Amino acid sequence: MSSRNKLIGVIVAIALSHTSFFPLAQAQNVGLGTPISESQLADFDLIAGPDGNGLPVGSGTALQGKEVFEAQCAVCHALNGEGTSGNTVLVGGDMHSEGTPLRTVGSYWPYASTVFDFIRRAMPATAPKSLSDVEVYQVTAYVLYLNGIIDQYKVLNSETLAEIDMPNKDGFIDHSQAQ
Amino acid sequence: MTDQELETVAGNGLINRRHLLGLGLAGMGVAVANSALAADAGMRLEIPAWSKSPGPGASGYGGRSSYAGQFQRMAGNPNPIYPGGGASRSPLQHLQGTITPNGLHFERHHAGIPDIDPSRHKLVINGLVRQPLVFSYEDLLKYPMVSKIYFLECSGNSGALWGANGADAPDGTAQSIHGLVSCAEWTGIPLSTLLDEAGVDPQAQWISAVGADAASMGRSVPMDRAMDDVMVALYQNGEPVRPGQGYPMRLLVPGCEGNISVKWLTQIKLTRAASQFRDETSKYTDTQPDRLSRQFTLPMGTKSLITSPSGQMSLHRQGLYQINGIAWSGRGSIRRVEVSADGGQTWADALLDDQHAHKALARFRIPWQWTGGSAILQSRATDSQGNVQPTRTGLINEVGILGRYHFHGIQSWSVNSAGKVRNVFA
Ligand code: HEC
Repeated sequence: MSSRNKLIGVIVAIALSHTSFFPLAQAQNVGLGTPISESQLADFDLIAGPDGNGLPVGSGTALQGKEVFEAQCAVCHALNGEGTSGNTVLVGGDMHSEGTPLRTVGSYWPYASTVFDFIRRAMPATAPKSLSDVEVYQVTAYVLYLNGIIDQYKVLNSETLAEIDMPNKDGFIDHSQAQ
Repeated sequence: MTDQELETVAGNGLINRRHLLGLGLAGMGVAVANSALAADAGMRLEIPAWSKSPGPGASGYGGRSSYAGQFQRMAGNPNPIYPGGGASRSPLQHLQGTITPNGLHFERHHAGIPDIDPSRHKLVINGLVRQPLVFSYEDLLKYPMVSKIYFLECSGNSGALWGANGADAPDGTAQSIHGLVSCAEWTGIPLSTLLDEAGVDPQAQWISAVGADAASMGRSVPMDRAMDDVMVALYQNGEPVRPGQGYPMRLLVPGCEGNISVKWLTQIKLTRAASQFRDETSKYTDTQPDRLSRQFTLPMGTKSLITSPSGQMSLHRQGLYQINGIAWSGRGSIRRVEVSADGGQTWADALLDDQHAHKALARFRIPWQWTGGSAILQSRATDSQGNVQPTRTGLINEVGILGRYHFHGIQSWSVNSAGKVRNVFA
């Protein structure tokens, strides 16, 4: 962005504080955003996509994650992820069971990346973003292990996590373009 | 005017909507006024006390009349294992018109309301762009804005009507069943303006929007929609967006399930594919009878709801009533609302205040003569795309009951001979 754009923005701001109209010609390109680089956003951008994009360095196994889970998660999700109340069941279910299926990480979630992404951004519910990336890998592995999706020695990292086949990976229909 | 002169247009007492206008309205007054006049024949009107002494003066920020302000949003109890999580519902049966007052707009939070200092808040645009940018709140206030009236509806709204596990919500009210819909005038910057400034890489097919709440709630929006009518909203009904609605800024995706209008917006990342956030996989997805689940069901269905008379109200005497309610569609405007008083056997057109309320609530009304018998009141909306609101059974036959979200079938309120109104599955 040029410093000319910045200047236009400032002029507009002054104009706005004294009048209620917006000069249209200048409205075409206000250009007040400040350029920033992706490396400056490394700690800010928490998005971990299904292709593995955005997964940080580090790794962990379920064996290591057991301790983290018992200390940080079990109080709400119970020792083996069976849940306490509400929306806290993390294991079990079968999409083809009779009646209403129990939908959990194991039975429902199509991508393993979402487990990492969600735990890193939102869990533990009382102190989100308090875990290190390594702890998130470990506890993600543990939740997948509790669901029988990986064994306790499987090393999860930015490459191996995205390769995991979730049981319900083909269970979703993208409805975003439906009329 | 006598009852005979009111033109009946459908079964069980529905009266031509034209009686709401001009002469017809006077006719409605008569039925109500008759009994009132008889009861108070000796009454003399006097100047009331409040006309005899000055009241308090002007104030910095106004509140409601102490006589009018009893109704509240309905919020669930706090849950220690879900800190800040949960929802509050708008008191639809107490509201009129189409704009929800800011203090009564429904809320749904995943980790409570963050206390954001706008001078330290950032909006980042990154990913598949020519130049990642960061905007301050001050920066954004200087951009050209648009003001539009849009509804927001949580996709879990009306979920009780799926009747999962045999529950049929007999005590349900318009608020408790349907209160996760509200409507406001939103003022903000078209998202396309900001994306253009960052320079959209043609490979970008989706944006990921992330909030600054403790859950850092994220949702993916298809690029074509993001470049269409989506805005970064800074004002709600003329004042800065309320904290519970995303202060200092939220994404506003018109017509679409509320969760995608990410509050406390702090990041927009352009990506090739959807990010598959937890709230677009684990939640807000609808399992079909074949056990495949629909995700990204974005526009909310064509829908209407009678707010009066509605669940838990009582009709105290026979006579003329103004049935009224709200209708909306995520795909356009509501062109027609029909009302039935006999459980859908016969229908009459209601009067619509506005047939061009685009992705906004429209108010409908129709006179109804209640003669003390039982009735089932229903409304059925048709939108500008020709979509007709399905019956509850029709919707369930089409999509099953495993879905949990996106219920938009017809609501049935039964009136019994005692005048008691309650929710039924009809
Ligand atoms: C204070 C209680 C609490 C603690 C501690 C907690 N969680 Fe949660 N967790 C919740 C609640 C409540 C939800 C549901 C949130 C919602 O629906 O918005 C949840 C949801 C989840 C989900 C998504 C479940 C689904 O099916 O959508 C995962 C995965 C999860 N937690 C993992 C963890 C992990 C791993 C930890 C430990 C690092 C943890 N949680 C600690 C309360 C807690």
